Amino acid sequence: MNNPFPTIGAHAPLQRDLAATPPVVRLRHVRRSFDGVVALDDISLSVQPGEILGIIGRSGAGKSTLIRTINGLERIDAGQVEFDGQDITGLHETALQPVRRRIGMIFQHFNLLSAKTVAENIGLPLKIAGEARAARNARVAELLELTGLRDKANAYPSQLSGGQKQRVGIARALAAKPLLLLSDEATSALDPETTHSILELLREINRRLGLTIVLITHEMEVIRAIADRVVVLDHGRIVEEGSVFDVFATPRSETTKSLLRSLRPSLPAHIAEHLDVAGGAEIVLRIDVSGDAARRPLLAEAATELGLLPRLLHGGIDHVGDQPIGTLFVAVPAPGPGDRARILRHFNDKVSGLEVLGYVTDPV
Amino acid sequence: MSPILFNLLLRSIGETVIMTLASGLISLLIGLPLGIILIATDRGGLFQNRPVNLALGGLVNAFRSVPFIILLVALIPLTRLIVGTSIGTMAAIVPLSIAAIPYYARMAAVSLREVDRGLIEAARSIGASRWTIIREVIVPESLPGLTAGFTVTLVTLIGASAMAGAVGAGGLGDLAIRYGYQRFETGVMVAVVAVLIVLVCGMQWVGDHITRRVDHR
Repeated sequence: MNNPFPTIGAHAPLQRDLAATPPVVRLRHVRRSFDGVVALDDISLSVQPGEILGIIGRSGAGKSTLIRTINGLERIDAGQVEFDGQDITGLHETALQPVRRRIGMIFQHFNLLSAKTVAENIGLPLKIAGEARAARNARVAELLELTGLRDKANAYPSQLSGGQKQRVGIARALAAKPLLLLSDEATSALDPETTHSILELLREINRRLGLTIVLITHEMEVIRAIADRVVVLDHGRIVEEGSVFDVFATPRSETTKSLLRSLRPSLPAHIAEHLDVAGGAEIVLRIDVSGDAARRPLLAEAATELGLLPRLLHGGIDHVGDQPIGTLFVAVPAPGPGDRARILRHFNDKVSGLEVLGYVTDPV
Repeated sequence: MSPILFNLLLRSIGETVIMTLASGLISLLIGLPLGIILIATDRGGLFQNRPVNLALGGLVNAFRSVPFIILLVALIPLTRLIVGTSIGTMAAIVPLSIAAIPYYARMAAVSLREVDRGLIEAARSIGASRWTIIREVIVPESLPGLTAGFTVTLVTLIGASAMAGAVGAGGLGDLAIRYGYQRFETGVMVAVVAVLIVLVCGMQWVGDHITRRVDHR
C-alpha cells in the first residue's frame, strides 16, 4: 500500500522528500481522559501542508476532543502537540491566543454571534487582532465575495439558511488568513444538497489558497468527497490510517468496514433470502475490485476464459478521487463438480476481495 | 380634585420617576458588572474562582432576603453618610439602589449564563481573550435578556419607591397613604393607582420595544 503521507517512523519511500516540508500539525502520543474515561489513547499523527485530512469515527470515538487539542481548546494529559513547528503543549490560555489566530475553525452548529451582522461576524477575528477598520472592511468584502455572500453583509445570522450560516462560519474562520482550518462536523447539520455545496467550497479553498484542512466527521461520504487522507478513530485510538483510496479499497479494521457499509452496495434482501448454502445451479459471489482490476472487462473475461456466463445481480463501480472502486454481486453457473473451484481460482487472481455468498437455483 | 392636590400629584409623579430612574441606573451600572462576575467566577466560567463566587453569591442573597421596608430603615446611617440626610427623595435613592443592585445582578446573571457555550468556544477559537469574550460575545448576546430584566427591575422599583414614603421620600406611594388613606381622599387614591398603572405599562411597553429591537436571535 503506497501511503503518500507516512506518519512519523514509517519507512515509506517518500519520507525523505517530506522531511523538507515540516508538518503543519504533529501530535505525539497524545492522551486525554475525562473522569477516568479515556477519550484519546496514545494518538500520534501529522498533517502535511496543503492536504485535507479527514478524521472519522462514531460519536464518542474521541474525534471532537482530538480536533480541539490542535488549537488548544482541549488540554491533554500526556504527549505533545506541535503546530507549525511550535510546541504548544501546555501553553497558557493567553499564550495560545496568537496561535489560535493562525488556526481557523468551523462548527456543526455554526456558532455565529446572533447580535452581530454577517460582516461583523466575519470581521471579528480581525477586530480581535487589532486590525484597522479600513483593512478589516476590505478583507471582509473579499471573504463575502469568496463565499458568495455579497448581498448578505448586513443581514443577521437568524435571517440566513443553514448553508449560508456555514459560509459565514467559513468566511470568519478564513478572515485572519490562517495556516490551518479545523472543521468540526461542519456539514452534519445540513441537508445533502447544502452539504455538497459546502464541501465544494472547502475543496475550492483548499486548492486555491493551498489551505491545510483537518476535518472530523462520522460520514464516509464526506471523507470520500474531499479528503486526501483519512484517520479512523475508535474508542480514542487510531485503528486505521492511509490515503482515502487505499482505505476505501482495502479497509482492514472492523470499524472502517462498518463505516463503509453505508457507502458500499449490499445484496438486496429478497435475493439474500433465496440463497442456499448447500448448493444450486449458480454460485453467488461478492467481488470487490479497485484500481486496475476495476478497469478490466471482468465479466467478459470470465465468460471467455471459464466458458460460463456470469450474471450481474447487483452493484457497480464507484470512484474515489480519480480511482475506480467497486463491489459486484454476480451469479455464475456452476454445473460441474469442479466448476466451483475453477470459478474461484479465476477471480481470485484478479480481484481484491472475493466471497462466496451461497447458491441459487431459480434465477432471481 | 383641587388644584393643590393636582400639583401635589404632579410633584409626586416627578419624585417617583426620579427615584425609580436614578436607582435603576445605579443598579444597572453596578448590578451588571456584579452579574458578570457571578457567572465568570462560577464553575466552568471564564475566570472560575470558587471563593469569590461563593462570597459574592452569598452577599447578593443576603441583601435580597431582607424585606425592603427593613432595609430602608437599617440603611439610614449609610444613607446619612452618602447623602448627608436620611430624609427625602435623594435619601431614598440609596436604599432603593442597594435593594435593586443584587436584584438586577441575579437577573443579569440568569441571562448572561444562557449564552450558548458554542459561541464562547468559537470566540476562543479565533484567539479572543477572556475580556474580549465578555465584551464581544457574552454581553451583546444576552442583551435582549438584559433589557427585559432591567425593565422588570424598574417596575419593581416603582413599587418599592412607594414604601420609601416611610422615610419621607415623597412620591406616589406617600401621596396615596397620607391623602388617599389617612384623609379619606378617595379621588387621590384612584388618581395615584391610575397613574401607577400608566407608568408601569408605559415602562413595560418601552422595555419590550427596546428588547425586540436588540433581539436578532
